[in-house]
Amino acid sequence: MITETDMSDRSGVKAALHRYEFNGAYDEMFSAVDHPRKQYRPLHNLLLSLGSGELRRSKTEADQSFFNQGITFTVYGNDKGTERIFPHDLLPRIITAAEWETMERGLTQRITALNLFLKDVYHEGKIIEDGVVPGSIVYTCKHYRREMRNIKVPNDVYITVVGTDLIRNPDGNFVVLEDNLRVPSGVSYMLTSRRVMKQIFPGLFQKCRVRPIEQYSQVLLSTLRSLAPEGRSEPTVVLLTPGSYNSAYFEHTYLARQMGIELVEGRDLVVHDNIVYMRTTFGLQRVDVIYRRIDDDYLDPLVFENGSALGAVGLFNAYRAGNVAFANALGTGVADDKAIYAFVPKIIRYYLDQDPILEGVETFLMSDPGQRDHVCQRLDEYVVKAVGESGGYGMLIGPHSTEQERSEFRQKIYAQPRNYIAQPTINLSTAPCFVDGIIEPRHVDLRPYILYGDKITIVPGGLTRVALRKGSLVVNSSQGGGSKDTWVLQN
Amino acid sequence: MLSRVADSLYWMSRYFERADNAARVLKATYGLILNPAKFSTEERWFRAVSSLAPGAASSNVDLQRILFSLVADPEGVFSIVKCISGARENARQVREEISSEMWEHLNRLFHDVTGSELQPDDDAGAMQIVTLVREGSYRFNGIAAATMNHDEAWHFIQLGKYIERACNLCVLLDAYFVVGKHADDLDWVGLLSSCAAFEAYCKACTAELKPERIANFLLLKPEFPYSVRYSIDRMHDALTAIGSLSLSRRTESVERLIGRMRSMITYVQIGEIIAGLHKYLAAIIEQCQELHAAVQELYIEYPIEVAFQN
Repeated sequence: MITETDMSDRSGVKAALHRYEFNGAYDEMFSAVDHPRKQYRPLHNLLLSLGSGELRRSKTEADQSFFNQGITFTVYGNDKGTERIFPHDLLPRIITAAEWETMERGLTQRITALNLFLKDVYHEGKIIEDGVVPGSIVYTCKHYRREMRNIKVPNDVYITVVGTDLIRNPDGNFVVLEDNLRVPSGVSYMLTSRRVMKQIFPGLFQKCRVRPIEQYSQVLLSTLRSLAPEGRSEPTVVLLTPGSYNSAYFEHTYLARQMGIELVEGRDLVVHDNIVYMRTTFGLQRVDVIYRRIDDDYLDPLVFENGSALGAVGLFNAYRAGNVAFANALGTGVADDKAIYAFVPKIIRYYLDQDPILEGVETFLMSDPGQRDHVCQRLDEYVVKAVGESGGYGMLIGPHSTEQERSEFRQKIYAQPRNYIAQPTINLSTAPCFVDGIIEPRHVDLRPYILYGDKITIVPGGLTRVALRKGSLVVNSSQGGGSKDTWVLQN
Repeated sequence: MLSRVADSLYWMSRYFERADNAARVLKATYGLILNPAKFSTEERWFRAVSSLAPGAASSNVDLQRILFSLVADPEGVFSIVKCISGARENARQVREEISSEMWEHLNRLFHDVTGSELQPDDDAGAMQIVTLVREGSYRFNGIAAATMNHDEAWHFIQLGKYIERACNLCVLLDAYFVVGKHADDLDWVGLLSSCAAFEAYCKACTAELKPERIANFLLLKPEFPYSVRYSIDRMHDALTAIGSLSLSRRTESVERLIGRMRSMITYVQIGEIIAGLHKYLAAIIEQCQELHAAVQELYIEYPIEVAFQN
């Protein structure tokens, strides 16, 4: 635990803060050297009162706490020490009440529109008919599911759990980088790192008046229950995991335990007469809502990917019959396709008749010949992304690329134009991180979690992901990223 | 409780008990072969192998590698290390159901016994693993008893442990009383040590080592935890508890099997069975197998048509 009365080698931290480097990105904490923004002043004062020895001790204490709580993720291809603790940074990222208020309104608007888009795309397809979003893009989306056409989903809610990635541009505005509408993960790190931070910085936490996030699991449970088929007043909700070898297995067990629901695997489920049951020692028990952490492709071998052992035979028919609900619905990936992303402002205007509150990043479609030629001549200025990929894979970061990588990507783009989009390189904002004993800026993004049941609820906070490698812009945990606790302040 | 979870708990427990049984037998046998005897070391090893790796004993026993293969052979199906890995793998699937203390202990034990690459001629290293497992087993059982709710999960763990123990004891008794042709006093001490029973036996029956008395003690003594009778009584307790939790299930088959086995071991005197001991032991093993199958069919792998009739 850190308190301000600790006295030891303070000059080290002070000097480090004085040498803090700016690289043109917006810095979360400092407007200029030694000028912390107002919301960061209590943290700044605390840091000035501390020595690096104390910070190091706190870091060890935090690591230990993560380890003891078993907050780990699985590393593939290593059968002995398959679990590592999630890398995290000691210093909190702070968001003001006003910033949060805008974000909350913007996300609510965006998610409402995307949900309407999904409903439309899988029913009448008016937006396509009206020429706002071309059918040629919608129907070629990797995650478009023909099987979902004309299926009525509970409450017309397709995207129950969303994790939207936001970044802050050099002007200090938050913009949306990506919508994760399929099976977003990471929320367990948000919840557990808060617990650790409260333990390490109790005084600072109280002084800053941070809004709580601990209610997430209760809100998630009631959101899931709201999807239950009609007439099932005491619905059984389960979390469907691919199993203990999945990299997010810790999160699955954590959430199931927090909600007090059963953690099931595909082989625990049986479908009979279009009703889903789980095998228990007491016999078969009916399942009403499945919070599935398995991709569409693996849910039901009868309908999708053949030979998958992760799902259960007949799930989709039970779903179609309305006897079980999935969160999220199937086929939601069509709305977080990176090419559809370019149309989100239009989608918002079309369904809501409003201007988007949160902007996106300017996006060039490689399927458009004019845009393609423009980008391919200046590949070193752009970030090129494969539309169906996530996790930071299949990406070219132009300014950091070699001539050979660029020419390879140019060929890939011309071979499969629909498969790629390009965006200008954005200098993500930086935040101070305690790395190897000193405080240095690192690039960060922000993933708030949005829950959509009877209404939209956004727990005030999120996962701040950090590119822990110096200078890196890639925040994904699979590629050297870590996390920070995110504090949203009360008014 | 999910059937899969119950199954994993059951097997976690069985594998752990199997590893512990092998450790007990090897420790006792290793102590025995250091002594000169009227008959060969091979015979003593052969007895141990036939109780731990049935089937493997029919081929010639390679004395140089025997300890290694029963302790750590990665290809050996019955090796202690294999069993500990099996226990840990099952525990890993159901980490949320067992206490974190149990998981941590089992995980550490797994890393301790697999951590160093054991060489085939390293008897001392092999015996170190044996000791780790012996101590680890007492500790694991203690931790489980102290940290878990004694609910359904606990009863499946108990069931696995005692069904495994009952079978292992029967095989071991068979090896000493039927398969082994010779035995001197030291061998009888070996048998008792293999069941962690030497002190308990002396307390109850003095140090006079009479084969029939030893058989009586290890088979029929209701108060001793490593006797067949005790194991069957605990299986009965666990099954009754599980059955009373799930009132809707048709438990007749399981009740019949455990009831028959219990009466078979409760209402019998050693003099009546000692002559036909092999047959008697084989019958118990067979009934344990039937019981295992009935439990699987009732609670774990039941056909869904049956589930809808209930």
